[in-house]
Amino acid sequence: MREALMAHARDVLTRYPDPNSAMLPLLYLVQEADGWVSPAGLEEVASFLGVAPAVAESVASFYTLLQKRPVGRYVLQVCTNLSCSLLGAEHLLDHLGRKLGIGPGETTPDGLFTLQSVECLAECGQAPVLQVNLDFHSGLTPEKVDALLNALRKEAEQDV
Amino acid sequence: MFEPVLTRGIDRDLTRIENYVAQGGFTALTKAVRELTPQQVVEEVTRSNLRGRGGAGFPAGRKWGFLPQDGRPRYLACNADEGEPGTFKDHLLIDRNPFLLLEGIAIACYAIGAHHAFIYIRGEFLTGARILEASIAAARSRGYLGERILGGDFSLEVTVHRGAGSYECGEETALLESLEGKRGNPRLKPPFPAVAGAYGMPTVINNVETLCCVPSIVERGAAWFAGIGPAGSPGPKLFAVSGLVRRPGNYELPMGTTLRELIFQHAGGLREGRRFKAVLPGGSSSPALVEEHLDTPLDFDSVARAGSMFGSGAVMVLDDSVCMVRAAWRLAEFYRDESCGKCTPCREGTYWITAVLERLEAGGGREEDPALLEHLAGQIGTRTFCPLGDAAIGFLLSSLKYFPEEYAAHLRGETCRREVAS
Repeated sequence: MREALMAHARDVLTRYPDPNSAMLPLLYLVQEADGWVSPAGLEEVASFLGVAPAVAESVASFYTLLQKRPVGRYVLQVCTNLSCSLLGAEHLLDHLGRKLGIGPGETTPDGLFTLQSVECLAECGQAPVLQVNLDFHSGLTPEKVDALLNALRKEAEQDV
Repeated sequence: MFEPVLTRGIDRDLTRIENYVAQGGFTALTKAVRELTPQQVVEEVTRSNLRGRGGAGFPAGRKWGFLPQDGRPRYLACNADEGEPGTFKDHLLIDRNPFLLLEGIAIACYAIGAHHAFIYIRGEFLTGARILEASIAAARSRGYLGERILGGDFSLEVTVHRGAGSYECGEETALLESLEGKRGNPRLKPPFPAVAGAYGMPTVINNVETLCCVPSIVERGAAWFAGIGPAGSPGPKLFAVSGLVRRPGNYELPMGTTLRELIFQHAGGLREGRRFKAVLPGGSSSPALVEEHLDTPLDFDSVARAGSMFGSGAVMVLDDSVCMVRAAWRLAEFYRDESCGKCTPCREGTYWITAVLERLEAGGGREEDPALLEHLAGQIGTRTFCPLGDAAIGFLLSSLKYFPEEYAAHLRGETCRREVAS
């Protein structure tokens, strides 16, 4: 485990009766540091917990929020489950794909956006909804989505 | 006149502990640890007939009473995974009434003798997890959590554990596997979690809303709680209404409120010019009900008698613009993708159901497809470790039962509008 993450990792261990419970928190930790769970990140977590890298990979591969490939700065996760689809989520996903020039699961060439279609986000009362890096945006329309993309682009430009 | 219990004061920013305390928060915990024995708390909750709000409806007090008295450490796991499509009630409680949940957790742990509780919260609720972390710190600094709560002998640690994207982890044994750092596959029962749960120790798993009911039961008494709604499944309930109504949202009402009242009064009825078609009364796993069922009271027993499942109280409303075949396909894809793959009937069955629905939807359906779908569903139901298999076929079978003409129309090549609703 790299030094920068060590203190946090040790703190995680204190929260559980069994160190193996730290698996998901530690996978999140490397994802926050690297943007995704890389093979090196898997090895890092596995060696910290004293398990084989295959164990960490087996766990990571089960969970959709753990990114197994590099993703863009903004991960757009669009709910397409029933309540959102009833209110236009399928159109919204198409609209976003056209605006970004990518399909679900893909990342824009500038590395800014990754588009993903996801299942119910438990915000159905304000459908259709999406998350940007796990922040909720609800009651969406194509116009609101356009404004959201513009705001995110502006934010990214200001950070450069 | 029903007064809200779970959402009382929710517009006064109850994420601030002083606001929660000002409206009587932590009175019940104080009463429990200072005036009642753990056994008395279990008895009170048992008498209230509080039934689990996560979907199964098991009596909470009885669940607490199952733990063996054998000296081993025991745990409480709060199920905050809220993955059932259509359900968004726990999301509201976590984000806007976090201390009510923590008070319920503390009372439950006192009752069952647990000194460590885990809140298993779905990974998408990052904001909620942060709110809970901050709330735990605030409650600890005021002596409501941590060492020697309110100066007594009872101590409790609460750990927030984030899931990472998996519907299956809402199933209680898969949740425990995930908590232990593994893939979220369900366990074979028995042993039940009450005997061998988290880390092999006796464990109670309660849903967020269930735990949020506990403080008011301790404070106002089992008789008061049991007097709200039908005797068989009483209490206040958050109904999460979504879909094609004018005012979707969470409505706190007594158990036993009818579908008609919920949909047409509280949620404002259907949109202009639309007719009611069907409703999933308990999330995507519940078979659809139709017009003849609108006077069904929403409680565990009545909805079961109507041929569906009360579940988590997530009411998804479909109007006459909805294509039932496409809706069934969308849900089939969901269950196919979320099946953990452990049980062959579920893993393979959800795959084939999705494939058949997809070809029906694309205009390439075969005469035998409706019967084939029923056959496939029959091969999944009751043949899996966990309820996901049964969940995957509920809506499908109801759509075949109530709307066979839509399948027939697809077979005739009259495909729908290629979207779930227009």
